[in-house]
Amino acid sequence: MSITDLNLYQQAILLLAGLIALTSFMMLSQSRLDRLVRVFALQGCLLAAATAIAAGVLDYSHLYISAALTLLLKGIVIPLLLHRMIHKLGLHRVMDTIDHPARVMMGGAALVVFSYYVSLPVVAHSQLVTLNAIAVSLAVVLLGMLLMITRRQAVAHVVGFMSIENGLFFAAVVSTYGMPMVVELGIAFDVLVAAVVFGVFFFQISASIDTLNVDQMSKLNEVEK
Amino acid sequence: MIAVFLILLIPLIGMIVLAWYGDSEKAGTINIRCNALALAAAVWLAIDILWNGPQLFAGKMLYIDSFNVYLVALTAFVGLTTSIFSGPYMQHEKEIGRLTGKRLRLYYAMYQGFMLAMYLVLTTNNMGVMWVSMEGATLATVLLVSLYRTPESVEAAWKYFILCGVGIAQALFGTVLLYFAAEQKLGVGGDALLWTVLHDNASGLDPAILSLAFVFLLVGYGTKIGLVPLHNWLPDAHSEGPTPMSAILSGLLLNDALYAVVRCKMLVDGSLGTHLAGHLMMGFGLLSFLVAALLLHRQTDIKRLFSYSSIEHMGLMTFAFGVGSPWATFAALFHMTTHSLTKSAIFVTVGHAAQLAGTQRMEKIRGLIFTQPNIGWGLMIGTVAIAGFPPFGVFASEFLVLVATMHDYPWLTPLLLIGIGLAFAGLFRHMQSMVYGEAPEGQAAIKANLWPVFLHLALVLWLGLSIPGFLGNWFNQATLLISGGLPQ
Repeated sequence: MSITDLNLYQQAILLLAGLIALTSFMMLSQSRLDRLVRVFALQGCLLAAATAIAAGVLDYSHLYISAALTLLLKGIVIPLLLHRMIHKLGLHRVMDTIDHPARVMMGGAALVVFSYYVSLPVVAHSQLVTLNAIAVSLAVVLLGMLLMITRRQAVAHVVGFMSIENGLFFAAVVSTYGMPMVVELGIAFDVLVAAVVFGVFFFQISASIDTLNVDQMSKLNEVEK
Repeated sequence: MIAVFLILLIPLIGMIVLAWYGDSEKAGTINIRCNALALAAAVWLAIDILWNGPQLFAGKMLYIDSFNVYLVALTAFVGLTTSIFSGPYMQHEKEIGRLTGKRLRLYYAMYQGFMLAMYLVLTTNNMGVMWVSMEGATLATVLLVSLYRTPESVEAAWKYFILCGVGIAQALFGTVLLYFAAEQKLGVGGDALLWTVLHDNASGLDPAILSLAFVFLLVGYGTKIGLVPLHNWLPDAHSEGPTPMSAILSGLLLNDALYAVVRCKMLVDGSLGTHLAGHLMMGFGLLSFLVAALLLHRQTDIKRLFSYSSIEHMGLMTFAFGVGSPWATFAALFHMTTHSLTKSAIFVTVGHAAQLAGTQRMEKIRGLIFTQPNIGWGLMIGTVAIAGFPPFGVFASEFLVLVATMHDYPWLTPLLLIGIGLAFAGLFRHMQSMVYGEAPEGQAAIKANLWPVFLHLALVLWLGLSIPGFLGNWFNQATLLISGGLPQ
């Protein structure tokens, strides 16, 4: 099936899926923390757009609510919260070191291929658009993990964590037209509380070890030092 | 009908009240009363289910059957006894200046918040809500791990949050896949995530999607069970948080995460018709069991020691549920009960021992039985019980697991026996000198409330000698539900 055979809705979803995967790669390569947060906000907005399009085409009113919630939470509130934290803690000039950026990007590309491979049996008898959606959302989840592994700054870990949530949400919207309303509200609530708790942690960490570099947190160990 | 709402309502009200009055003198008593009321409601619900069979409540949103009702009762019971211990303990911590009033308020409010999340995980019929409340349990406990604000505790809490957060996100992906599979069969609608609906239609769900979903669900909820290699958060969170937290984390949270996995396994088994889910659980369970038994030997911190023992026992239960025969399932359910009771009793005793010695380092804890005999005896009997000595209940349940394994997978029994032996040695090499060693100069007895400990241990002893009829009946019904047969 070639891309021109798809209807406009499917093409739009494919485009957004591609853009969301692209923002994940942008985050992977971005070492300045405040830009990282900005890319994350962009991903949130793209996600909200995908949800809104799905809502419009399929005429599911509850998807509009989740689109609005996503835009509000992932596009505005959480990025602003992180942005304020970064400035309050004086981290806006900090460059996070990325060891072997080229290898990280290649690893990311490999993860995308792996996601497609894993998703193949799932969508063997489904439409092309679902294959891409599930594969891309799995890739965004895995790329978020890779982001967390390669970074040292606690803020970058939080962005990675939230981007994993983005990937999951995208999977829910495109493959199943959103979860039931009560579940989505619950997830949104959890994400919001998690963001606040992360904020509390930034202050606790910087108060106790004077930096947000998680490499400094290595006191708990099986081996006595 | 009303009972199940009361169970959810009481901790909610308790959380709100204690968020305001948590720093007052009466906070400990309010906490105990809330838990006592919840226990009363749980017993009422249990009797109701015992008489009338499984029931749906609140427009199918809540579902109670014999499997979760006994866990609700167990959760309420351990929650109550731990709260009885936590009152004076937290008061002591405040007096020695480790806590401020504000943090005490957070502690009490989140204690109830955690109980609410646990009850919701157990009673909900919706797989999505189950995930939300499991994440809620993480959020409620994570700030309690860093309650003392030492660098170690902040590190432990951060590790707990990141590892469990990422881990449980995998379970959400699994839930989305589950919903995807269900929607193809059942059509778009709110019912497709209800466990009862999924279970009734399990045979029609796409096996390829469900097996992929189960992998994600097992990894996600398995992180919370503390399965190796996703266990790293568990010893840290247990050792750095306040002791009552360790008791309810070990006694309740791990059980409830395992409950979620077993619920998912029931769905996947119905769809696949093969033993894939069981084999995965057996593999992870056995690995956790053996690795944790070995790591017991390397510990220097008394709370870390017993958290590894928790991983070991959770591994054994996961293994037994994975074996899946009626006997193995019965044994796993029984082991859940005995382990919860014993382990929360041990953590309570350990908390007192650490307060007595002023440290959690095992080389500094000495001569407990001479300074304060009841703490010494409590620790000794608790360890004997958890190591699986007869006549305690843990022995009976471990023995049942062994028998069931011998029947279905005889070549795995030596591994189990080696693990049990290793764990026994790992616990006792530390225990001897802590209990019987020479007490350091100037060690004085403290005010300790140990009757919850001895109540738990007495119950475990009773369970080891004979399972009371109503409990056996529960276990039988739950076994029938999970494995499709009765243990003969």
